[in-house]
Amino acid sequence: MAEKENIIIESGDAVQPFAYSVGMHGSRFFAEIRDHKRFLGIKCPKCGKVYIPPRGVCGDCFVEMKDWVEVGPKGVIGTFTILRYAFIDPETGAQKPVPYGYGFIRFDGADTLFQHYINIEDEAKIRVGARVEPVFAGERKGSIRDIEYFRVID
Amino acid sequence: MDRAAIIGVGMTKIEKRKISQTFADMAWEAVNKALTDAGMTLDDIDNVVTTSSDFWDGRTISCMAVGDASGAAHKNISCVEGDGTYGAFYGMTRALSGSYRTTLVTGHTKGSESVSSLITNAAFDPIYERSLGMDMITACAMQARSYMHRTKTTAEQLALVSVKNHGNALKNPLAQLPMKITVEDVLKSEMVADPLHKLDCSPVSDGCAAVIIAHESVAEKFRQKPVWVRGVSFCADSFFFGDRDLSRARSLAQAARKAYAMAGVHDPKKEIDVAEVSDAFTYQELLWLEEMGLADDAAAGKRLERGEFNLDGPLPVNASGGLLSGHPVIAAGLYSMAAVVRQIRGDAGGFQVQKAKTGLVQGVNGLGGQSHCVWILDKDK
Repeated sequence: MAEKENIIIESGDAVQPFAYSVGMHGSRFFAEIRDHKRFLGIKCPKCGKVYIPPRGVCGDCFVEMKDWVEVGPKGVIGTFTILRYAFIDPETGAQKPVPYGYGFIRFDGADTLFQHYINIEDEAKIRVGARVEPVFAGERKGSIRDIEYFRVID
Repeated sequence: MDRAAIIGVGMTKIEKRKISQTFADMAWEAVNKALTDAGMTLDDIDNVVTTSSDFWDGRTISCMAVGDASGAAHKNISCVEGDGTYGAFYGMTRALSGSYRTTLVTGHTKGSESVSSLITNAAFDPIYERSLGMDMITACAMQARSYMHRTKTTAEQLALVSVKNHGNALKNPLAQLPMKITVEDVLKSEMVADPLHKLDCSPVSDGCAAVIIAHESVAEKFRQKPVWVRGVSFCADSFFFGDRDLSRARSLAQAARKAYAMAGVHDPKKEIDVAEVSDAFTYQELLWLEEMGLADDAAAGKRLERGEFNLDGPLPVNASGGLLSGHPVIAAGLYSMAAVVRQIRGDAGGFQVQKAKTGLVQGVNGLGGQSHCVWILDKDK
């Protein structure tokens, strides 16, 4: 028998385009960031938990939420990592420059954590509990990228 | 309540790249091994549950592509997307339903065919999380930091999990990464995402596992001595990672509590003889053990240092080498389950532990442990 040959077929550049509805809560959340650089959370009428990003239902209580509350824009680092491995950017398919900081931010007034990039210029200052503020993009379009990153202000 | 038992297991070797096998080829191998192990033919199987993920398989309705090789022709087949233990949970409920008496459950993954970080990135919310590049490693690095911050668990203790599990894998011929390494080797390995080094992370793997679950009325009809399901529970936490206390696993604590209650286990530290838990990352083994009450809060690292989770310790954990030594994602929990079944039957070979009457299996689905499935298996009914 001839030497075993393993043939592979690659998917190539095929893509599956998709149009995700941001929904009424997310649309208001992003519009508020775009137009006023403000963050809106939403409060559960039963347990009082303030959620960010805002959504319609408190999963713990299974009740609808309608009370919008402003949170932040400052907060603290809940936890973080510094990515040092060469990652592929899911948006572009290109390699992302590393290292970069990624973390969960607890906005003042919010009970859940919000994730985004953390500027790591001064790596020694990055720690759980450090105070941070957002840096907004110059041109804002109504997406998560309207925030460039958070930076430590301690 | 009627009882169910696991009466056969079959697994492919876990490998980095099974280039000569399609998904169906892997299923064929695992299913036939399970049938042989059980002393059954396909005619003895009443229904089939396959477990797979469409994203990992690069196609929709991925379950249907393995139906033929899983013996599903002319039978009722259903699919679960999640960890293999969830497929087994569904398979067990079918065997207990009165409609079927035996269920063949499979789980397969080929991590090698895609870019893992893009697949796990796609599990996150497309509006708030995905475009920032959040993936399994990023999420788990942040969870590791959070766990270490709360419990003061050290990088050395995390590394010791890797040393133990890769060392155990030397005794498991199905494992992908048997390695004799030191704590220093782990700490010197490439920093992937602080605080996780390369050797804190499980590898990309290919593999398929199958288990056969039977109703008590037929569990003793075949070749194997049945391994009885004494307790099982499955709980989920919030979808958004930021909604959870990342340093904890609330849904795992709940699942374990319910599984112990069903099994009549009052003191898990004393009553569980052997455990296979989801160690996709080193810190997870310690965090999960604490949440399941198999170590005191913030004390798993110390138990580990004392050798208590070693193969010859009082509670061997991941004696098979665990997922750090081979991680076919969706199949993972079925590999863990098969390892415990073999321990209880006394045929785990090189990684057999001394006392294995009662065993615990934990399966995880959702990044950072959104949901957990805990099984208490026993030699005695």
